[in-house]
Amino acid sequence: MTWSEMQPLLEQACWDTLYMVGWSTVIAVVGGLPLGVLLVLTDRGGLLQNVVANKAIGQVVNVARSMPFIILMVALMGFTRSITGTTIGREAAIVPLAIGAIPFFARLVETAVREVDGGLVEAVQSMGGNTWTIVRKVLVPEALPSLIASTTTTIVALIGYSAMAGTVGAGGLGDIAIRYGYQRFETQLMWITVAILAVVISLIQFAGDYAARSLHRRGGRSGPAPKLRLLKASTADTKTV
Amino acid sequence: MITTTGLTKVYRSRGREVTALDGVDLHVREGEVYGVIGQSGAGKSSLIRCVNLLERPTAGTVTVAGQDLTALAGRGPRAGKELRQARSRIGMVFQHFNLLSTRTVQDNVELPLEILGKSGKERSRKARELLDLVGLAEQAGAYPAQLSGGQKQRVGIARALAGDPKVLLSDEATSALDPETTRSILQLLRDLNRQLGLTVLLITHEMDVVKSVCDSAALMENGRIVESGTVSELLATPGSELASALFPVGGAATGEDRTVVDVTFQGEAATQPVISQLSRTYNIDISILGAAIDTVGGLQVGRMRIELPGRYEDNVVPVGFLREQGLQIDVVGEQQLVKEGAQ
Repeated sequence: MTWSEMQPLLEQACWDTLYMVGWSTVIAVVGGLPLGVLLVLTDRGGLLQNVVANKAIGQVVNVARSMPFIILMVALMGFTRSITGTTIGREAAIVPLAIGAIPFFARLVETAVREVDGGLVEAVQSMGGNTWTIVRKVLVPEALPSLIASTTTTIVALIGYSAMAGTVGAGGLGDIAIRYGYQRFETQLMWITVAILAVVISLIQFAGDYAARSLHRRGGRSGPAPKLRLLKASTADTKTV
Repeated sequence: MITTTGLTKVYRSRGREVTALDGVDLHVREGEVYGVIGQSGAGKSSLIRCVNLLERPTAGTVTVAGQDLTALAGRGPRAGKELRQARSRIGMVFQHFNLLSTRTVQDNVELPLEILGKSGKERSRKARELLDLVGLAEQAGAYPAQLSGGQKQRVGIARALAGDPKVLLSDEATSALDPETTRSILQLLRDLNRQLGLTVLLITHEMDVVKSVCDSAALMENGRIVESGTVSELLATPGSELASALFPVGGAATGEDRTVVDVTFQGEAATQPVISQLSRTYNIDISILGAAIDTVGGLQVGRMRIELPGRYEDNVVPVGFLREQGLQIDVVGEQQLVKEGAQ
């Protein structure tokens, strides 16, 4: 295959991957954020303590997470058809991608929100704030650097999942690598897609780290993301005491 | 201003019961600084959290500014609207400041005003005013991580005052600070108490805090208040543990046949030359074992431990003379000496 033959294929595949990953990330964040916050709030000792609800949400999340993505995609075909009207193509792949990523992101949100200092919650309670105020003004803003890091992790995982979306004819870089690279022995094309994936993932990781760090730089004691803290120890932490 | 009656808090976990508060009756008068002191685990923290119902008391009532908060609480674990409104009129400062790290100093002070639903213009005006009051007007744009501990607590105090509270609760506000910063924060609390007529309830494990700012104090042990009263009442109470802790005078008897007496001077009595009068009148030699003069809660107070020759039976008359002078006399018994020695 010559470059001029490969170029349109790769361009289309890039767009397909970005399209699928972009939309499923948006849906995963919109769905996973409230779910993750609810997991914290309904837990024992939480602001909306409800052990039954907590166990139920936790179980749903666990089941969804334990399912291999390719199985999830097949299992959800009926649901996908009822939403998009089809089970093949990019739009059809977004449904299982998003549904697979929601519980993944929710668990990451849960961990991030748990890191927020309970004293801050108490402070807002003492001012007369209600639970919604606490979520809006304390839990989410204070966990934001971690939430951004979680989003980055989710995007990277979704790029991985999207390779399997090729099996439902959704295209994308992973699909090219398998169909051309593996099945048609176009080794060169396969390595090019791998290189593109590596570059894309590095860029996303870099952008995510940068965003989390610049938010965290002004944060102090209760900031999560200990990994970033090590990197920026000189600015943030020396002044706390 | 703050009254609790029969306040009880029992924590249950894994079938075990821990009684943190055991029938606490507390009465804080309007406009005073009231200190509750005790060791960790004595129940101080539970007490102050019960005052604004961050902790639900198991039994008993809490009344703040004439409002029965326990009646507003309802049965569920969540705070209803009325309770939240009542809380917004009670300021609270914390040991670890509890400032939001993602907000500037100004925005931290504005937070309670946001909760109260004030407009943006009003919020920033009020926040500036408060930051000015606590001496941090120049740091308005800084983030908490850029401030020192003392500055953070000043922000915490400004924030606590945003809702124009009549009552300020201070939960070990100076325990994370060095001695000098502690003094400046206590001075600020004292000033606010005088300027704004703010009633302050503070809990602490440091006797110096009580000594430097409190009008009244209570000693907590095992979930109970074992002593309480105004500082001068406490000093006038024979055998008061709090008084002797506030004002320690050391020194043990030099021999068997000696009587050791603690003399406490307050106000007028402090200016009388009682010791030399005593010596001349009864022709006895008096040795001074220990003495201190200090200001406690704004009162000039002196305490002296003196030793008279002979056993107590021989000294009934001189001790009576001292009592007649309006002084507070505690004869240090052998038991007490043993106890102090153990400490």
